[in-house]
Amino acid sequence: MKKLRVLLLVLFVPAFLSAEPPTSFAIRDARVITVSGAELSKGTILMKDGIIVDVGPNLTIPADAWVIDGSALTVYPGFINALSTWGIPDLAPAAPAAGQRGTATPTPTPQQPAVTPAPRVHGPEDRPQNNSYQRAADLVKPTDRRLEAIRASGFTSSATFPNQGIFAGQGALVNLAGARGQDMVVAVPIGEEIILRTGGFRSGFPGSLMGVLSYVRQLYSDLDQYQQAKVIYAAHVSGTPRPEYDHYLEGLAEAPRILLPADQAQQIDRMILFARELKRPAVLYGLHEAFLRIDALKQAAMPVLVDLHWPERMREPDPSDIPSLRDLELRANAPAVPSLLAKAGVRFAFYSEGADSAADIKKQLKKAIDAGLSRADAIRALTLSAAEIYGVSDRLGSIDKGKIANLVVTKGDAFEDKTTVEYVFVDGRMFKPSKIPPVTPGGAEKGPN
Amino acid sequence: MRTAFLLFLLAIGIQAQTLLIRNATVLTVTKGTLQTGCVLVRNGKIAEVGPNVNAPAGATVVDATGKFLSPGLIDCHSHTAVEGSVNEGSVSDSSMVNIADVLDPTDINIYRALAGGLTVSNVLHGSANAIGGQTIVIKLRWGKPAKDLMFAGAKPGIKFALGENPKRQGYPAEFLSSPATQERRFPGTRLGVEDEIREDFTQAKIYQTKWKQYNERLARGEHPIPPRRDLRLEPLVEVLEGKRYVHAHSYRSDEILALIRTADDMGFKIRTFQHVLEGYKVAKEIAAHGAGASTFSDWYGYKYEVIDATPYNAAIMTRKGVVVSLNSDSDELQRHLNWDAAKVVRYGGLTPEEALAMVTINPAKQLGIDDTVGSIEVGKSADLVLYDRDPLSNYSKVLKVWIDGHPYFDRDQDLQDRDKRAARKKELIAKEKAEEDAARKKSETERKDKTTPNAVPPTKEGEL
Repeated sequence: MKKLRVLLLVLFVPAFLSAEPPTSFAIRDARVITVSGAELSKGTILMKDGIIVDVGPNLTIPADAWVIDGSALTVYPGFINALSTWGIPDLAPAAPAAGQRGTATPTPTPQQPAVTPAPRVHGPEDRPQNNSYQRAADLVKPTDRRLEAIRASGFTSSATFPNQGIFAGQGALVNLAGARGQDMVVAVPIGEEIILRTGGFRSGFPGSLMGVLSYVRQLYSDLDQYQQAKVIYAAHVSGTPRPEYDHYLEGLAEAPRILLPADQAQQIDRMILFARELKRPAVLYGLHEAFLRIDALKQAAMPVLVDLHWPERMREPDPSDIPSLRDLELRANAPAVPSLLAKAGVRFAFYSEGADSAADIKKQLKKAIDAGLSRADAIRALTLSAAEIYGVSDRLGSIDKGKIANLVVTKGDAFEDKTTVEYVFVDGRMFKPSKIPPVTPGGAEKGPN
Repeated sequence: MRTAFLLFLLAIGIQAQTLLIRNATVLTVTKGTLQTGCVLVRNGKIAEVGPNVNAPAGATVVDATGKFLSPGLIDCHSHTAVEGSVNEGSVSDSSMVNIADVLDPTDINIYRALAGGLTVSNVLHGSANAIGGQTIVIKLRWGKPAKDLMFAGAKPGIKFALGENPKRQGYPAEFLSSPATQERRFPGTRLGVEDEIREDFTQAKIYQTKWKQYNERLARGEHPIPPRRDLRLEPLVEVLEGKRYVHAHSYRSDEILALIRTADDMGFKIRTFQHVLEGYKVAKEIAAHGAGASTFSDWYGYKYEVIDATPYNAAIMTRKGVVVSLNSDSDELQRHLNWDAAKVVRYGGLTPEEALAMVTINPAKQLGIDDTVGSIEVGKSADLVLYDRDPLSNYSKVLKVWIDGHPYFDRDQDLQDRDKRAARKKELIAKEKAEEDAARKKSETERKDKTTPNAVPPTKEGEL
């Protein structure tokens, strides 16, 4: 009951007694950062059935709305993590053992020792490490124990992708709350994530970076042929041998874009060319050394996802390990990448896989702002830009009439240390974060031990 | 610092449109040696070579009195600047992999090789498998993105390997502490390596036919489904069509002969035998096939299949009519190929000019790029190296290197920049430390705050 004290209940009886969550809210007289348009210094937002039904100054508040007095509050569109595994419980890092940080890798399923060696992978035709058909939309569940801490940091949505294999699978734009997994899905399919993973010398194909690249190239070439074959077959069924069904290519065919990793300068050059060669819309992710390739990115006109986990010095490095000038420059300049991208007009969004705890994400964003990124650009990257990159800006990313009611309500500016997240709305459902947000398992609990 | 270096390149790059190097001992390699010669460079090409060339207005003039000018050195066997593994060793034919995909132009070894006078490299795979993949020729244009390092017009290659390395199947069960996770790889013998290559080209020919038949059906107005493009077999078809050079890692004479027979049977040519340490035994056969030999100066005996070798190998093959080059196969050795060349004067009595040819015009011929590089001749690209003394002396140092008339290495500039780089490094380390200290202090204060007894007890997330 205590939490309800902050609400001014205009008409509370039916909603309250039925124990059904309220479906109509109004946030009154708040500072509203719409992102799509001008900021409202004293605006009202009306929500009903998970949709923003109106936003503006001096709105008439419907009789059935639960009202929040926003006079000391700021409202932002809900933040979007542009690439993560958020919402897939099976990919949540293991809970940390006492005194230790959790690992970022999922717990491997125990395997029987192989008695008979597996058949050798002979090449791309064996489709190794391929989960192209796996859909994040089928894997997300509200039981992911990270979600509470994530909401507490103001994130309401994520472009969630499975992360196993080279063709990791198809992402889904998900809201980070819901009664069931399917309630969380906002848009699908949104893309196929490619991870340039190598097995090493003693494993099967592909065992090298060049092997992985040749594999990806072969698969997209196979996809072209597969689609062409289907068309020819449909037009000339009689007398034409039917093309073989390919589970893996069906997966690739669905994705409207591919996500390619590019962190270092030469990788950015490489992936711009590679995307062009594959003739498919692409989004680059990583981008820490992009401060050396701003012009190339601008020319390529390719949207990018910047990894918020800035490279840092190892906590206790080997004293004999002298960092190279390149590493030092990388660590010094990576947080400036977002501001440089903003200045150059390259569309970018943020993502965080390692820096999962609320405090950590805010800290990493603050570094980008200290390195020259304007707060408005930072908010845009966290909201509307992410929605635009995934083609969902018609329903997410800004506070506009008709969009999904995903909001973050803060006391203070989003990037200040003392700022608290007061309410989070996901699909029009209200969450009141705990005062001390739990540390995400596996999230970076920093500070000397 | 990188930016500063690029700006430096840009700054002198602009003036470098016309360049006159005066009064050097010019080692043209193909047209003899000018004791006191001048080389004029215009628009990246050598415009004039002679004892006296007047400086055109606006030209950058380098006084090279007492110094030696040679063509840029060329390495016919390099693994430099490859990101990730140089081997896709999981399969015996990895023709689908391409060095062009993984060239790393930021690899510092490029700059270090430039500092040793190297301007062109034939970048190859390792020798883990019978067919290693597609190879490229690059110019060492340090500071440029990968696509700008490609040697325009140079025919691409493919790496083959014979002998011990490609016949390794993986470790036998008794060598492994845990059970093998994969079946072992074919082939396990030298016979098998030969068979693998034969088998791959047989498949390539079938593939070629498939496309031919498809195109014929298309031309007849039928509606056939196109064959699947096989990116492993396509480069082999290119070899059959003469569009791609074969560079074959080889040691033993019997294997060299066997590969020549296979190539003759399948209808393709070996462009170069690489390493080819027993080449002296079969030099006539190599020459008759039309292949070149790219070998080491005096590097042998490092494993069993290379014990029957001699430092006279390069000289013997040369005298038997083979075009011979000396290669590095190493990020270290590529920095002083001129010194390796000098060894063939000692072993085999070749002339200094023949020696220098082994790291300039001969590898250029082997790579089919001798029309534009490999010697100092009018009309060729201005890839030039200025030494303080005869490059065949092991006291010689590289002073300046130009590629296409642009300066890419300058010893004096490098020495000056070292202080700047060191200072920048110190500055960044200090800044990092200061930031870490500040963060530590802050987190300590916060922890103190949190442990105060009157702190708000944690509440649970509430949801309506």
